[in-house]
Amino acid sequence: MHEQTVQIVSHERDAESYFRLVLRAPQIAPLIQPGQFAHVRILPLKDALLRRPFSIFQVAGDTFSILYKNVGKGTQALSRMRAGEELSVIAPLGHGFTVPKAGGETPLLVAGGYGMAAMFLLAQRSTQRGIVFVGGRRRVDILCEKDFAAIGWEVRVATEDGSHGEKGFVTIPLLAELKRTAAKRKLFACGPTPMLKAVGKIAEDFNMPAELSMDEHMCCGVGTCLACVIKVKAGDSWEYQRTCTEGPVYDSRQIVWEGTK
Amino acid sequence: MNLSVQIGKLRMQNPVTVASGTFGYGAEYARLIDVNQLGAVTVKGIRLNPVPGNPTPRTAEVTSGMLNAIGLQGPGVDGFIKKYWPFLRELKVPTIINIWGTTVEEYAEVARRFDALGGVGALELNVSCPNIKEGGAQFGTDPKLLSQVVTACRAATTLPLITKMSPNVPNIAPLAKAAEDAGSDALAVTNSFPAMAIDVNTRKPKLANITGGLTGPAIKPIAVKLVWEASKAVKIPIIGMGGIQNADDAIEFLMAGATAVAVGTANFYEPQTSLQVIAGIRDFMEKKKISDVKEITGSFLPGK
Repeated sequence: MHEQTVQIVSHERDAESYFRLVLRAPQIAPLIQPGQFAHVRILPLKDALLRRPFSIFQVAGDTFSILYKNVGKGTQALSRMRAGEELSVIAPLGHGFTVPKAGGETPLLVAGGYGMAAMFLLAQRSTQRGIVFVGGRRRVDILCEKDFAAIGWEVRVATEDGSHGEKGFVTIPLLAELKRTAAKRKLFACGPTPMLKAVGKIAEDFNMPAELSMDEHMCCGVGTCLACVIKVKAGDSWEYQRTCTEGPVYDSRQIVWEGTK
Repeated sequence: MNLSVQIGKLRMQNPVTVASGTFGYGAEYARLIDVNQLGAVTVKGIRLNPVPGNPTPRTAEVTSGMLNAIGLQGPGVDGFIKKYWPFLRELKVPTIINIWGTTVEEYAEVARRFDALGGVGALELNVSCPNIKEGGAQFGTDPKLLSQVVTACRAATTLPLITKMSPNVPNIAPLAKAAEDAGSDALAVTNSFPAMAIDVNTRKPKLANITGGLTGPAIKPIAVKLVWEASKAVKIPIIGMGGIQNADDAIEFLMAGATAVAVGTANFYEPQTSLQVIAGIRDFMEKKKISDVKEITGSFLPGK
């Protein structure tokens, strides 16, 4: 983990309100593992002080990138920044995914919306090829299909409005595939909490392993503030664990689900 | 140039520590900064037994600050000693342990336990957390109860006692005096301010606890005033805190009457802040030809 002031190498609109931001971070880039995140201070935010966590999308040489959606004050300010400008970054942070190895279980990746960004590095570093299932509201919310195709992964799409792939949630094509066979397969998921909960339930029903990247409101990102906690099984009881440190990726069987937010 | 200060028996190599609850148990930030450069490390509040803390969301960003209602999640005395003390014990700088309880007896028992541990720099009595139902702030807003807590802890330990004052009182002076009279070696001024925020789209509170404590630069001018008022009421040293982001902010607290300062919320967004504050105080002293940082304490000029 390092704190570094990094320069924006490129910053491009991906589609509609999605952006790809590439940062030169020579100390950080070589350390990044799939599923980890970067905690970014957006200096133009001024009176909004806290850092914003972003999943790391791609790593190339001494750079890494994030793929984000302009959803609020922080990402809006970020979206106005240009190549050459600087950001303060603490990264890589968190406990990421277990990278699948050849001969092991076949990885089935499940992503919702910009949760797809957290999946690319996992697919790229995996020595066992699998299938990516991606869901979103509309065609425009289906991100980086081409990036996955370029590294030889099959992508199956579902949109809620039916404008691309199957109509409905991402769990529809996932269930169809698992009904064919669930043996020797493992799920990896990142997306909205209701989707993660549904994937956790599917893993339980099919008695298969699943790793879920949990999304909680975060503050310090390094384990001190105790803002980002979720309930995790501990013996016969539960304990709060920090998604920034013990997470964000958990074995789905560890998670104590509460009312879906 | 002398930057060292004395908080009771506790000597700090410089007047800068971190605020309880914003620095974990030291080890978390040791990966990003050299904690041995601080005046002291102040850890998150500990009571006798482990505390699960509040439901989430526990924090919310607001203009120039944040709200928190963590609920003093913590490992309890035994958990702290087992998990976090081995790291802290090896540091070159002292550790200030923030302690709390739901009864006077519990405060005293926790104080006794840390007295027996050996090697602790000081105890900070948290009588001002706004986010727990029992204990905490109730002791910090009533001079009689405050006096009982401090007296009981004083009897339980010879460690320096720092009473962390609530800002949520009409007049801090009688409480400051009560803590001093009961044997407190110093005051920490101040804790977070009770506050809340609502999401207008969902009509829901931004914190699961509904209310929380406001911290960050938004509270700084109020905290500076409280330090000034407390410093006029007591002779014991004050550790000033509330929204410090840079050396000028820290110097303002010193001028208002603080002997030392603590960096709090800024740790969350800029972990280097405390070290930058130390360097900045040094630069200020050089520029203004001040040889001892103690000369800054209470040096503001209220006249015209």
